[in-house]
Amino acid sequence: MMLEVSLTHDFGSFAVDVAFTAPAGVTALFGASGAGKTTVINAVAGLFRPTQGRVVAQGEVLLDTGRGVNLPARRRRVGYVFQEPRLFPHLSVRSNLLYGARFAPKAAPGPGFDQVIEMLGIGALLERRPGALSGGEKARVSIGRALLSKPRLLLMDEPLAALDAARREEILPFIERLRDAGLPVLYVSHSIGEVARLASTVVLLDAGRVLAAGPAAEVLSDPALAARLGGAEAGTVLAATVGETAPDGLVRLDTAAGPVWVAEPPGAPGTRLRLRLHASDVILARARPEGLSALNILPGIVERIEPEPGGRAFVRLRMGREAVLARLTQRSVTALGLAPGVACHAVLKTVAVSRDDLGAG
Amino acid sequence: MSFLSPEEWTAVLLSLKVATVAVAASLPFGIGVALLLARSRLPGMWLLNALVHLPLILPPVVTGYALLLSFGRKGPIGGFLHDVFGLVFAFRWTGAALAAAVMGFPLMVRAIRLAIEAVDPKLEQAAATLGASRIAVFATVTLPLILPGVLAGAILAFAKAMGEFGATITFVSNIPGQTQTLPSAIYSFLQIPGGELQAARLAGVSVVVALGAVLISEGVARRVAKRIGGA
Repeated sequence: MMLEVSLTHDFGSFAVDVAFTAPAGVTALFGASGAGKTTVINAVAGLFRPTQGRVVAQGEVLLDTGRGVNLPARRRRVGYVFQEPRLFPHLSVRSNLLYGARFAPKAAPGPGFDQVIEMLGIGALLERRPGALSGGEKARVSIGRALLSKPRLLLMDEPLAALDAARREEILPFIERLRDAGLPVLYVSHSIGEVARLASTVVLLDAGRVLAAGPAAEVLSDPALAARLGGAEAGTVLAATVGETAPDGLVRLDTAAGPVWVAEPPGAPGTRLRLRLHASDVILARARPEGLSALNILPGIVERIEPEPGGRAFVRLRMGREAVLARLTQRSVTALGLAPGVACHAVLKTVAVSRDDLGAG
Repeated sequence: MSFLSPEEWTAVLLSLKVATVAVAASLPFGIGVALLLARSRLPGMWLLNALVHLPLILPPVVTGYALLLSFGRKGPIGGFLHDVFGLVFAFRWTGAALAAAVMGFPLMVRAIRLAIEAVDPKLEQAAATLGASRIAVFATVTLPLILPGVLAGAILAFAKAMGEFGATITFVSNIPGQTQTLPSAIYSFLQIPGGELQAARLAGVSVVVALGAVLISEGVARRVAKRIGGA
């Protein structure tokens, strides 16, 4: 168990009452603005002291109001990547990166300087000042600065929110590498796309409370939460392993729900991947459809149907230990006679692939 | 230099010494008080603020008289400093430096305080999450960022010290070679018939020193801004 958080605080107009545990990997704190995400992450960092709370990271008690324990931020050894990069403007990129290293215990485990600049691709920026960097470069330097302070866990507060889509695509692979390197990460986001791509555990916050918490695949495929998880943007993730390449060039990805074929070779055989399926890109059929151009058809059993205002419904199909969410109209639900326990097939129109260690958890 | 008489040189050099010592000795206090005023949420900060600003709004003669009462050899502070450290202020150049420091203090504190208020506390927070203690945060983040303000405050105080007259003459009088600073010397020359030329020469020196201070502060501020701004 990597991180245990419980806290209550009354802001007057708004109260936070949150408790969750985060295992290894990326734990996403997901919710709309004002849900209390930043309050939680600041309490973990020691920048905010809740009326009541307990934070235990990797076995060390950082905060326990009941026992009067409240380590100051500088002793918590959490790397904090803020929403804005917060680089020191008077120091060079190199000095910014090395800032935390001199305060970290010499014996603490952590990545080396060369390793970090290589991973983040910032070797060419070392002698520059933050004022001369682009937004994406600043974000990478601030991630590197947090990593080089040898933290026991990494806190990231919407590190991509201020960046455009292209810059986001530039940073996401680095965060994936961090996750795959085994550093526990608490990741605040209100973008379901980022959460689906990165998170192994999802904590869904709403108005200061935990609405749901658990493995990403389970929380993201919960039809009752789908409306809060982005509505049309909602979708599930499947853990996959790259399999063999067929003679026609397609690559088989093995998932617990069945094989999925993709055209773009996503990596060498054995590579672990994460497939993201938008609920609105999934078509349901009672019988295995014939004469259809779609390649990927996975059999499953309807587990739960959750109507959505506006004539639509979210349907969760159970496929072994995986689950897939489909978004269709309530008319289709009736026409197909869908009900819990009914067997049917999911036709996948598109599949988004990203690197992953989801299956490791 | 034959441009100034030895007597005039004495006054100029004394003024430079008094102003330099006044600024150097009061700068740490100025930074400390500015930090308190900008950051402390303790009650009573308004009182400290008012006290710091008092020399700016009181007639200088009153400030000089207050210094004489408290730092004179029979005053409570002056007596203590004399008995314990052998430090004497009244009618000495050290007293002129004290008067100059007190008169320049509000200007110094205001400039530094503005600079501190412009520092983004989020940067200091970031330094704390990276493991820096409060002292380390101040030394490595806050101080470098407020350096332009500190320089501006120091130069303002220096200029004020060079020109200070009322409190100085009240506290330490106008003794040539001892406490006769540049403004006191100008005043003295204006009191004697035929002293206008000497007074004018010293006034010219004042203008040159003041302009020099402004030019140096501008140059330094530009270099510091460039260093911080990157590019």
